[in-house]
Amino acid sequence: MLQEILSWLTDPAHWSGPDGIPHRLLEHLGYTVVAALAAIAIGVPLGLFVGHTGRGGLALVGLTNGMRALPTLGLVTFLFLVLGSTQTSTLIALVVLAVPPVLAGTYAGVQDTPRGVVDAAQGMGMTGWQRLWRVEVPNATPLLLGGIRNAVLQLVATTTVAAFVGLGGLGRYVLDGLRVYAYPKVAAGALLVAALAVVLDLLLAGLQRVIVPRGLRLAAVTRRRGGVAREPERVGTDVVAGAVAREGANG
Amino acid sequence: MIEFRSVTKRFDDGTVAVDNLNLSVDAGTITVFVGPSGCGKTTSLRMVNRMVEPTEGAVLVDGADVRASDPALLRRRIGYVIQQAGLFPHRTVLDNVATVPLLSGWTRRRARDRAGELLELVGLPTELGKRYPAQLSGGQQQRVGVARALAADPPVLLMDEPFSAVDPVVREGLQDELLRLQAELDKTIVFVTHDIDEAVKVGEKVAVFRQGGHLAQYAEPDELLARPADDFVSEFVGRDRGYRRLSFLDASGIELRDVPTAREGALPEPRPEEWVLVLNAEDRPRGWLPPGSTVDTGSETAEVQPGGSLYTKGTPMRGALDAALSSPSGLGVVVDEDGRYAGVVTAEEVLEAIQQRRAEPEHGEPEQGGFG
Ligand SMILES: Nc1ncnc2c1ncn2[C@@H]1O[C@H](COP(=O)(O)OP(=O)(O)OP(=O)(O)O)[C@@H](O)[C@H]1O
Ligand SMILES: [Mg+2]
Repeated sequence: MLQEILSWLTDPAHWSGPDGIPHRLLEHLGYTVVAALAAIAIGVPLGLFVGHTGRGGLALVGLTNGMRALPTLGLVTFLFLVLGSTQTSTLIALVVLAVPPVLAGTYAGVQDTPRGVVDAAQGMGMTGWQRLWRVEVPNATPLLLGGIRNAVLQLVATTTVAAFVGLGGLGRYVLDGLRVYAYPKVAAGALLVAALAVVLDLLLAGLQRVIVPRGLRLAAVTRRRGGVAREPERVGTDVVAGAVAREGANG
Repeated sequence: MIEFRSVTKRFDDGTVAVDNLNLSVDAGTITVFVGPSGCGKTTSLRMVNRMVEPTEGAVLVDGADVRASDPALLRRRIGYVIQQAGLFPHRTVLDNVATVPLLSGWTRRRARDRAGELLELVGLPTELGKRYPAQLSGGQQQRVGVARALAADPPVLLMDEPFSAVDPVVREGLQDELLRLQAELDKTIVFVTHDIDEAVKVGEKVAVFRQGGHLAQYAEPDELLARPADDFVSEFVGRDRGYRRLSFLDASGIELRDVPTAREGALPEPRPEEWVLVLNAEDRPRGWLPPGSTVDTGSETAEVQPGGSLYTKGTPMRGALDAALSSPSGLGVVVDEDGRYAGVVTAEEVLEAIQQRRAEPEHGEPEQGGFG
C-alpha cells in the first residue's frame, strides 16, 4: 500500500495539467488563504471591539458557539440552493468555519491583558485607541495568532469539501479516488492535505515567534514558574544594585 | 492642593462607596488614606484622576474641578502607581518609564533619556532599563512603577497600595525610598494603604476611613495615635499605638545616665561587680562586660558580650526603647551622631518620658489608662 501511494505521488503524469498536484495544491491553498484572510478581516476587529469595550461578550460567545455547530457541508449545500454559485457558497461556508477561532482568540487575547496593566494604561492618560493599539493588541498577539493557526488548520482540512460541490483542491483526489476505488490516490490526497497543514502551521509558528513581543514570552515563562523573578539580595540598595548589575552582565 | 467637596460615589448597583467626603490635601505633602478593606479608599483616590466619576460633589486639583479637563490630558499631569505595578509586559523597563513623556509628544530619544534619569532617581541601575518587567523582582517592579509615574514630573502623585504586594523587608526599603524622594521632589502625594504602620510612617497627614466611605479622623500621625477621635479609630490604630508613637517623639526629654566604662584591651582587674561598657579607642561601644566575671576565661573577647542596638541622639524614641530592651544589661546605649558613647537609658525612663509628653499642655488632657 505504502509502495503504491509513493509511486502514485512520484508518477510524473500526476505532476502536470489541471488535475496535477501543483495545480490542485494551489487551488487548495487559494481557498484556504482567501477564507483565512476574510475570517481575519471579520474576526479580529470584532474580537478587538468586544474585548476592548467589554460589551457584547455574552452575545459573542453564543454567536461563535452557534457558528461552530453548523455542519460545513450542509451549509455549502444550503448556500448553493440560495445563491446558486458553488464558488461563493463554498467560500462563505469556509469563512463561517474560520471566524469563530479567530474571533475567540482575539477576544480572549485582549481579555487576557492583566487588569492592572489596563488600569495603568488608562491611569497614565492613554486614550481608548492608544490603550487598544499600544497595550491590548500587543498583549493579545499570542492568543490572537493561536486563533489564526487554529483557523488555518481547520480550513486546510475542510477545504476538501470543495470537491464535493464540484470544485477543485486536494479533495478532488480523495473524492475521485473513492468513486473508482483507487485507494492509493485517496491516501495520497489525504497525505497532501496533512502535509499542507503541517507546512502552513510551521510557517505560522515562525511568524508567531517574530510577532509576539519578547517581554510577553518572558512573562509567560515567569508565570509558568509561578510568581515574579527572584528577589535579589537585599542587604542594602548597593548590594541590590550590584547583584542586578552582575546578573545583567551574565544574562 | 486637592480638595474633596461633599463628594459622594454611588455605584450602579447601589453601593455607596464614598459618602459626603470633605477633605483637603495640602500641596507638597504625603497624605495617607487608611482604613479597613472596602471602605472607599481606592474609589476616593480614583476620583482625583477621573478613573471614577463622583455621583455628587466635586474634586478640585489646584482649585480647578477635575471634570473641566479631558480625562486623558488630566491623567498625564497626575502620576499613578498601583499595587500590582501594572507595568506593560511587552515593553522594556525604559520604555515603560517613558510612557507618559511619549504620550505627551516628546521625541523618543528625549523620553528615553528622561526615563534613564528616573531609574537612577528611584535607585535602580540604568542597565535594568533594557530588561522586561518579567525579569524584575517584585520590589524592582514597584520602583519602576514609581519611576514611570514620575516621568513627566507631575505635581500630583496617586499611589494605591503601592508596596503591599512585596514582602515586609522590601516594603520598608521602598517606604524609606519614597520619603527620601519626597524630600527631594516635594510632590502632592495621596497614598492609600490598609496598614496603619505604613500610614503613620509615610504620612504627614493621615485620613482614617470607616466602612461606607465615611471619614473617621483626619490628623497628623502623632495626633492620631495620641488622641483617636472615637472607638473605631482607636480600635483601628491598635493596642500598640503607644509603641508606634515612639516613632514621632525624640528622646530629648530623657536624662542620660553614666555607666562605668573601660577601654578595649585594658579591662579593670579584678572585674567589677556591675555591668561595664567596653569602648574602643574612639569611644565607640564594643559590648558589655558582665558583673563579676572571672579574669581567667582566656581571651577578653570571650568575656565581652555583644551589646544591643545603639540609639543615636535626636532620632525617634522608638530606637531608645529598642536599645534598652535589646541590651544584655538592660541599659540602652546612647551615642552621638558620630557614634561615640554619650550615656545610657533604661526602658522605664523611656516610658516615663512618654507619659510626661502625654501630659504636656500642647497635647491636651493626660489620657486615662496605661501605656498602649
Ligand atoms: N465598580 C464598582 N461597582 C460596584 N461597587 C464597587 C465598585 N468598585 C468598588 N465598589 C464597592 O465600593 C466599596 C469601596 O470600594 P473601594 O475599592 O474604594 O475600597 P477600598 O477601601 O479601596 O478597599 P481595599 O482596601 O479592599 O482596596 C466596596 O464595597 C466595593 O465593593
Ligand atoms: Mg483599594
